[in-house]
Amino acid sequence: MAAYEEQEYNKPFSLQVWAKMLPFFKPYQKYFIITLGLNILLAAVDVSVPLFQSAAIDQFITKNSLEGLFPFTLLYITVIGAQTLLVYFSVHAATVIDMNVGKDLKWAQFQHLQTLSFSYFNTTPVGYIHARVMSDTLRIASMTAWGIVDMFWALIYVVSVFAIMFFLNSKLAFIIVLIVPCIAVLTVYFQNKILHWNRKVRKINSQITNLYNEGITGVKTSKSMVIEEDNEKEFFKKTAKMHQAASRSAKLNAIYIPTVLFFSSSAAAIVLAKGGAMVEIGQIPLGTLSVFMSYAVVIFEPVQQLARLLADLISCQANIERVTDLLEQKPNVVDRPEVISKYGDSFFPKKENWEKIKGEIEFQDVSFMYPDGKEYVLQHFNLKIPAGSNVAIVGETGAGKSTLVNLAGRFFEPTKGRILIDGVDYKERSQLWLHSQIGYVLQNPHLFSGTIRENIRYGNLNATDEEIEEAAKKVSAHVVIEKLENGYDSNVGESGNRLSTGEKQLISFARAILAAPAIFVLDEATSSIDTKTEQLIQKATEQLLNGHTSFVIAHRLSTIRRADFILVVKEGKIIERGTHKELLEARGYYYHLYSKQFEEEESLKAFT
Amino acid sequence: MKEKHKKIKWMGRFFQNARKYFIIAVLASFISTGLNALTPQVFRFAIDSVLGSQKYSYLSNHLWLIAGLLVFLALLSGISLFVCKFNASKAGENFAKNMRDTLFSHVQKLPMEWHDKNQTGDIIQRCTSDVEVIRNFVVTQLLEVFRTAFLVIISFGMMWAMNRKLSLLVLFFVPIVIIYSTIFYRLIAQRFTVADEAEGELSTVVQENATGVRVVRAFGREQFEMERFQDKNEKFAKLWIRLGSLSGLYWGVGDFITGLQVITIIVLGTIEGVKGSISVGEFIAFASYNTALVWPIRGLGRILSDMSKAGVSFERVHYIIRGEEEDYCQKEDVKKIEKELPHYDIVFSNVSFQYGTGKQVLSNIDFTIPQGTTFGILGGTGSGKSTIAQLLNRLYQLPEGKGSITLGGTPIEEIPLEVLRKKIGIVLQEPFLYSRTIKENIRAASKEASMEDIQKAAQIACVDASIQHFTDGYETMVGERGITLSGGQKQRVAIARMLLQKAPILIFDDSLSAVDSQTDSLIRKALKQYEKEATILFISHRVATLMGADQIIVLSHGHIAERGTHEELMAASGIYRQVYDIQMSQDDRKKVEI
Repeated sequence: MAAYEEQEYNKPFSLQVWAKMLPFFKPYQKYFIITLGLNILLAAVDVSVPLFQSAAIDQFITKNSLEGLFPFTLLYITVIGAQTLLVYFSVHAATVIDMNVGKDLKWAQFQHLQTLSFSYFNTTPVGYIHARVMSDTLRIASMTAWGIVDMFWALIYVVSVFAIMFFLNSKLAFIIVLIVPCIAVLTVYFQNKILHWNRKVRKINSQITNLYNEGITGVKTSKSMVIEEDNEKEFFKKTAKMHQAASRSAKLNAIYIPTVLFFSSSAAAIVLAKGGAMVEIGQIPLGTLSVFMSYAVVIFEPVQQLARLLADLISCQANIERVTDLLEQKPNVVDRPEVISKYGDSFFPKKENWEKIKGEIEFQDVSFMYPDGKEYVLQHFNLKIPAGSNVAIVGETGAGKSTLVNLAGRFFEPTKGRILIDGVDYKERSQLWLHSQIGYVLQNPHLFSGTIRENIRYGNLNATDEEIEEAAKKVSAHVVIEKLENGYDSNVGESGNRLSTGEKQLISFARAILAAPAIFVLDEATSSIDTKTEQLIQKATEQLLNGHTSFVIAHRLSTIRRADFILVVKEGKIIERGTHKELLEARGYYYHLYSKQFEEEESLKAFT
Repeated sequence: MKEKHKKIKWMGRFFQNARKYFIIAVLASFISTGLNALTPQVFRFAIDSVLGSQKYSYLSNHLWLIAGLLVFLALLSGISLFVCKFNASKAGENFAKNMRDTLFSHVQKLPMEWHDKNQTGDIIQRCTSDVEVIRNFVVTQLLEVFRTAFLVIISFGMMWAMNRKLSLLVLFFVPIVIIYSTIFYRLIAQRFTVADEAEGELSTVVQENATGVRVVRAFGREQFEMERFQDKNEKFAKLWIRLGSLSGLYWGVGDFITGLQVITIIVLGTIEGVKGSISVGEFIAFASYNTALVWPIRGLGRILSDMSKAGVSFERVHYIIRGEEEDYCQKEDVKKIEKELPHYDIVFSNVSFQYGTGKQVLSNIDFTIPQGTTFGILGGTGSGKSTIAQLLNRLYQLPEGKGSITLGGTPIEEIPLEVLRKKIGIVLQEPFLYSRTIKENIRAASKEASMEDIQKAAQIACVDASIQHFTDGYETMVGERGITLSGGQKQRVAIARMLLQKAPILIFDDSLSAVDSQTDSLIRKALKQYEKEATILFISHRVATLMGADQIIVLSHGHIAERGTHEELMAASGIYRQVYDIQMSQDDRKKVEI
């Protein structure tokens, strides 16, 4: 499998992409309207604040009278009070939009993920899936809630300031208008560059995190080989790169901010020169000049904000594309509509219509090619497995032993031919129906964070504590669990990493047994449990497999010797099939695999 | 007190090539703030003395000169701001690099005991996020505190010169705003922690669902997973909305307080102005100074509250720094001792060991492995068999009085770590591969190895064919950024890597467990060529792996239960025989005689 390459998303701005998000915004239409309304008011209030200062100069100080100061003060306080309330409500409304849009997007993706096929998970690293569900949605939601709101506010603010300025004096207003585009262009130019370097910084940062991770998880290996210094060199190279990239970004920032400030100060200076002359000839009152100078300074903040937000909005498109990309992935295995209407889907299963399963599996002329594969790994394969019989799949590591299991469990469907369960094509029934009949024990057992009890209960959500212990006892997990500090209530840690592999296997075994499945799948489940425990499990398994159809994937010959039927896989293809006895008699590949174990003993004798 | 002094000292070490830049940044910040404070004075002068007054009639006809002065001031201030920001970032990046580098080297050299006690995720968190918090503290926050202090002092000075009464009023608001925002940010920070945890929980559900997708599907638990997810998702959204309301409240109230400050100055300033105790120009300048103070002071509250976070991060990083490194020694010593080892006989005498304060793992272990022989250690899970290897290369230290281990007659404590470990090639049970190419992985410990050597080692480890099978062959990336190797392939790559080391002692610590038995025997056959010059130690729970050894010990509960050759142990009918019978069942031994 080739390394996963992340798709680059750098399409030009397109409304089509954004339109895909509309269904997610729609439920919060009301909030959007409220927020926008609040922001219009807020911008108006914000714009009016500097006017008070000019009024104070023109109405009181220049006139040398305090008449009307009380209502003036009252009005002033009212405006500030209104500003306070508006800020509070608009922040609140924007948060509600932000969090709810984010929540819905996450939910939609998570739901969709539950329907996607294994091939998607096989080719997509967990990290990318995680990023799409968590960070991309976060970005989109905050961009729509805050970005659009802020943009709206800034726009209204800028427009009203200009309206007031032109109303007061159009000549002075022109001076400021001329400087606005300079600031906007400057902002866009610098933001783009800074964004570029910041991306680099983030990328290097994640590489540094990986190196730390490697340095720590591999510490035993590094120490044993005495390559600490080599690792250091590698690490120092990365931090030097980080230093370089971060410095570049900081340098750009160090140029950008003073430049913008310089522009706004210059604007104020020009206004003073020009406006001062006007004051002298009595064209404008002094208060107006002071308003202009205030505006000259404050107008640049929203202008910068607008430019920055525009850049953010465009870069946010990539996040939307990543999310819609996931949402538009089509599952390879889908239940037909008529099947769903009878059996329900994974959200609303109609368990009352589910047939009881006996466990007979029949492969009828099955050919199969992996969705991302180039050639058939199975061709015209026929096999009938009577209910209750045990099938062992044998072969070397990486020979493709799980293909049959994936097909039988309908994690993949045959490219050609059909698979019958109890005589009926399994496509006639729902996936969930089949999956709830399969007990699965994987080579690297996966546990969920939570207690051991919760993990075993995963096999049967309605199981009582007694049933859970019963299941654990059957696979000798009980003894091991009892030894832990909190017994069944011990926390297993993230992905079960507080337990040893052996312990995890025992628990996943108990989980599978609790599900009381009709079909059992064991994938080399006993490889790292010590000999004695392994024996106990084997005995328990043997008892349990009686009466259940089962697949055992193993390269341990002892575990498959008792199978009713053996399939031998080599390089992805089934090359031999039969009972243990038949296969040995055939003296083929199986015989070769099997007898190696004994030649080993001979060769070891020669060794001594 | 002494503890505190020490902490400052270790921080100082990271500050080495950053101090200079930091000082320049602080000075530049002072200059820039001072220049900024001059602008309102120019306005004041322009309004009071130039406009409508005959005193400076030249200037009033040439207002451009004043504008020019303002632009000039802005230019100077801009330049000093640039100098400040530029040097601050330089200081910050140098500081961060020092810290990252030191931490990485240090963590590599911390003993295994330390690593066992600490969770990887937690250490990484400390080395990345906490370092970032500290960097931010030193560069951004500390500098901001300086700047705000300068701003308050300079602005206040200017205001004081113009009108004392109003200045005192401004001064009255300063602590109120600072205290208000500090307290509020603390409150928000607390809620933030809770909300952040909720995000962590949600993130775990996604992560585990994607990793465990096979389990979810196999048990048909999609609905259960969705309920679990939605539950956390709702909680997450709810907490953040609550946090949002709180910050909305904060912003609103904060705006109100600052608004009151501005109103007070404007209204009382107006009264003063009408009374004639300040001029219009002074009034405008006063208002400017007041507005300029408002935001930095509010920001200061946030910084002060964030600074308490930095204190926590300091402590968290210091926890790593104060861990004691293993004693790596000087390069010269390494060469000297290397010559002094006459042979490589390994002797364990009366060795007992326990991890920390845990239960006894090894008790009274005695054995000798003469150079050039093959030695087998058979034991079940938790029998202490891996501990023996890790004591030998001093991944774990044998405490004094718990027996002795010697190599070539020298106690291993007296052999420099580098020398000792280079003499011992070891393949661990769960070998670690670096996310580099396969080639780089195999020659990780022997950089100068040729491609031929690499391939030869891979052939002996029976992994050459598998590697050739990959599209990029030996250049294939493994791990995070590349392909995932199976457990068996990993073990075989690790074996090749170890063989390339050409160490006189080779240890296989259950390192064939994930390899099928056929390959297992092939590898062992191929290893025969090393037998003459190397001492080989097989540690396993599989009899087949070590039955060919010259000497075998059987470990049970940390004791040596049996010892001898395969034949002797078989004849003794003890544990060894029992395990043998389990692993090689009846019809196996009859060897397919049908």
